[in-house]
Amino acid sequence: MADLRTNFVGIKSPNPFWLASAPPTDKAYNVERAFKAGWGGVVWKTLGEEGPPVVNVNGPRYGAIWGADRRLLGLNNIELITDRDLYVNLREIKQVKMNWPDRAVVVSIMVPCTEESWKAILPLVEETGADGIELNFGCPHGMSERGMGAAVGQVPEYIEMVVRWCKAYTRMPVITKLTPNITDIRKPARAAKHGGTDAVSLINTINSITGVNLDTFAPEPSIDGRGTHGGYCGPAVKPIALNMVAEIARDPDTYGLPISGIGGVTTWRDAAEFLALGAGTVQVCTAAMTYGFKIVEEMISGLSGWMDEKGHARLEDITGRAVRNVTDWQYLNLNYVTKAHIDQDLCIKCGRCHIACEDTSHQAITKSKDGARHFEVMDDECVGCNLCVNVCPVQDCITMEALAPGMLDERTGQVVPDQYANWTTHPNNPSAKPAKTVVEPAE
Amino acid sequence: MTAGPNRDGIAAGRLAPELYHDNFADLHPPLDRHEAFVEADRCYFCFDAPCLNACPTEIDIPLFIRQIATDNPLGAAETIFAQNILGGMCARVCPTETLCEEACVREAAEGKPVRIGMLQRYATDIAMAEGKQFFERAPDTGRTIAVVGAGPAGLACAHRLALKGHAVTIFDARPKPGGLNEYGIASYKAPGDFAQAEIDYILSVGGIDVVNGQMLGRDFTLDSLLADHDGVFLALGLAGVNALRAEGEAAAGVDDAVDFIAALRQADDLSTLPIGRRVVVIGGGMTAIDAAVQAKLLGAEEVTIAYRRGKAMMNASQWEQDLAASKGVTIRHWLAPKAILVENGKVAGIELDETALSQERLITTGRTVRLECDQVFKAIGQTLVADLAGELTIVGGKIEIDAEGRTAHERVWAGGDCATGGEDLTVTAAAQGRDAAESIHRALMGAGQAAQRQTAELVHG
Repeated sequence: MADLRTNFVGIKSPNPFWLASAPPTDKAYNVERAFKAGWGGVVWKTLGEEGPPVVNVNGPRYGAIWGADRRLLGLNNIELITDRDLYVNLREIKQVKMNWPDRAVVVSIMVPCTEESWKAILPLVEETGADGIELNFGCPHGMSERGMGAAVGQVPEYIEMVVRWCKAYTRMPVITKLTPNITDIRKPARAAKHGGTDAVSLINTINSITGVNLDTFAPEPSIDGRGTHGGYCGPAVKPIALNMVAEIARDPDTYGLPISGIGGVTTWRDAAEFLALGAGTVQVCTAAMTYGFKIVEEMISGLSGWMDEKGHARLEDITGRAVRNVTDWQYLNLNYVTKAHIDQDLCIKCGRCHIACEDTSHQAITKSKDGARHFEVMDDECVGCNLCVNVCPVQDCITMEALAPGMLDERTGQVVPDQYANWTTHPNNPSAKPAKTVVEPAE
Repeated sequence: MTAGPNRDGIAAGRLAPELYHDNFADLHPPLDRHEAFVEADRCYFCFDAPCLNACPTEIDIPLFIRQIATDNPLGAAETIFAQNILGGMCARVCPTETLCEEACVREAAEGKPVRIGMLQRYATDIAMAEGKQFFERAPDTGRTIAVVGAGPAGLACAHRLALKGHAVTIFDARPKPGGLNEYGIASYKAPGDFAQAEIDYILSVGGIDVVNGQMLGRDFTLDSLLADHDGVFLALGLAGVNALRAEGEAAAGVDDAVDFIAALRQADDLSTLPIGRRVVVIGGGMTAIDAAVQAKLLGAEEVTIAYRRGKAMMNASQWEQDLAASKGVTIRHWLAPKAILVENGKVAGIELDETALSQERLITTGRTVRLECDQVFKAIGQTLVADLAGELTIVGGKIEIDAEGRTAHERVWAGGDCATGGEDLTVTAAAQGRDAAESIHRALMGAGQAAQRQTAELVHG
């Protein structure tokens, strides 16, 4: 059986599945239940500074979008940081960590952007025996209006400054949680690294309105007829999160910086993908809030089963394995030529490939043959775009087949070359460089 | 005290009172909103959808299902009614398993088609419950058309003609309009007096008068209709029943299946309907199945369908055959009635010839089978009763029509079961009625005028 133990910037956990800082980790009751269910660690819901706690709205905190069978695809929330007293939380953290010494207990923190504030809270958290801290620079609603959360995370200089304070005032590992509500995720990641962070975690939630009530014209979720942007998460955000994780993993400035991957992790497969793109652990929230803590059993079983099948003994064997395959568009091989192929035995003749191609793409799929309904790719028109594969309701019915070097591409009339060539050398590129200087980028 | 299932002879009240309600309740309870969303999501919105092409009325099925999926059931109903104003009844009685649902690509993919009929019912039920009318009549044209028969073909034709601005009078021989929708469909397929509710909905568009109790050949003639109207649409159905041509056929207990089905539909109290202890139904179509299943549901102990050919030749769909089997009906093939066995003037049994195919001809093998029974239902097809041979061309016992419903007479159109070309289904009748209305309209208004008006006619309500 594969070894799922993790040592993430010195924080040990029996598996890489952590619960993200969020409602499921707001108090000892929930966290105890999560540990009993098998979760490897938690990031305790964000603590604020000493004093009267924040208050939440008393109406809906969550909005969602669904598939047809009410499958939850995306969730949004306008909940703030913990609304419980700081010392209640600290007492519970200490007790839980004592009860579960083998699990990771990381504490999320968000206090005003002053050195005194951070200096004041860090010893209190350290005293609980927690394994590390996560700096909440991501919360996009409410707290950001008060100069915290995403308001810090959107200014790299602030990130670097706060990280530096934290590294100065605590021995605990520091994980900097990044907001995706920026244009270039590498900037805040670099700032965190310059400040000395031990790791980054991402993504936090995305500014969102889940819908509009067309009877009242109120955005959802709505409070007494009005709404505000909340943080979007769940399966719908995974592709965005994967890209941001990959961008940091392959950026020369942050290459090797430990990453805790967050964003739509719902199954073991999602988790494995984050790991492959460089994450050392993953954090989960929406899936747990949808199905309960038991899902971690599926995640553990699925991940270890896949690792056994592939012969991966430890997580280190897979972490980052996909990073080198993420590159810039300009380095993609333009001599790689594919054609769609429709398996006529599997085809159920819905015709979606035809109409998608005909109406919106390259007019490369027939609709009939000898007067009968028949869908077939015309290689002399097919650009290999993969749209038909994506809209086909039958798995593996349409596949993309690569033309081997030496074969004729009927569309262009050119023989497929056997060497790699990309945009940097292409004759249509005004900035093309002589071929001999072109190299595939290093990792 | 009930008669019980095993009391000999033909008797009423074989069941405990509450069982009648259960047995004749809606065969398929309607989909609720969530079920409709889930089912609608299964539709792939196919290009040039096979289901649409398999529908005799060419309802844009992918579009109406997508409208249901997006919580627009009224839009879905409009899509349906634009092609077939009897979409509500068709949703209940269409043999979808041999039409749209057989063509559904999910049938090919997984043997489980999208439940198109149930979705159609979902949308049309909502529209009818709200009394939502989608179409307005065009201005009065001053033209009058007589429709003979208020069944599906007549109603579909009358509705489309009324939309065009013509004045329509429907004459029907029965006390109530609806034709086979009212008198000829198994009770559990359209409970709750749905047929009359649908007629009310159709007639509410205006411009259509219905005259009941008026029969062609008895109360009026084709000539008298032509004298008073600009055009005539014949949709009188097949009111006669084929004889068994078996000895003893006149005995008490030999009944027409269509009469039995009609009596069931019209009964206020099913426990008053007599049914045999052992019943044999002769035939292999939907009528045979409907009669046999309902005989069983009324408490008959043994019900056997005897069909003179093999399973593959039965007109009843596989689904209908399975339904009958699930209710405990026995279906026997290759048996043709030879003689009714009579005791004291009453049916005591039936003797059947074993049959076989010999050089594609049906022959008797010389062997016979005897089944004891108290009641025999004839369900071997119906016949046209009106004598129209003088004025129209009759082919195979039906009025000959062309693709748009025209007969040999330039001012007479026909459709539904009385005419050639249909499949004796509600949905084909509805299609023929609708298409004949378009043809009548073109003929009355002149091709140029009709084309000009075409776009303005289906006005959104």
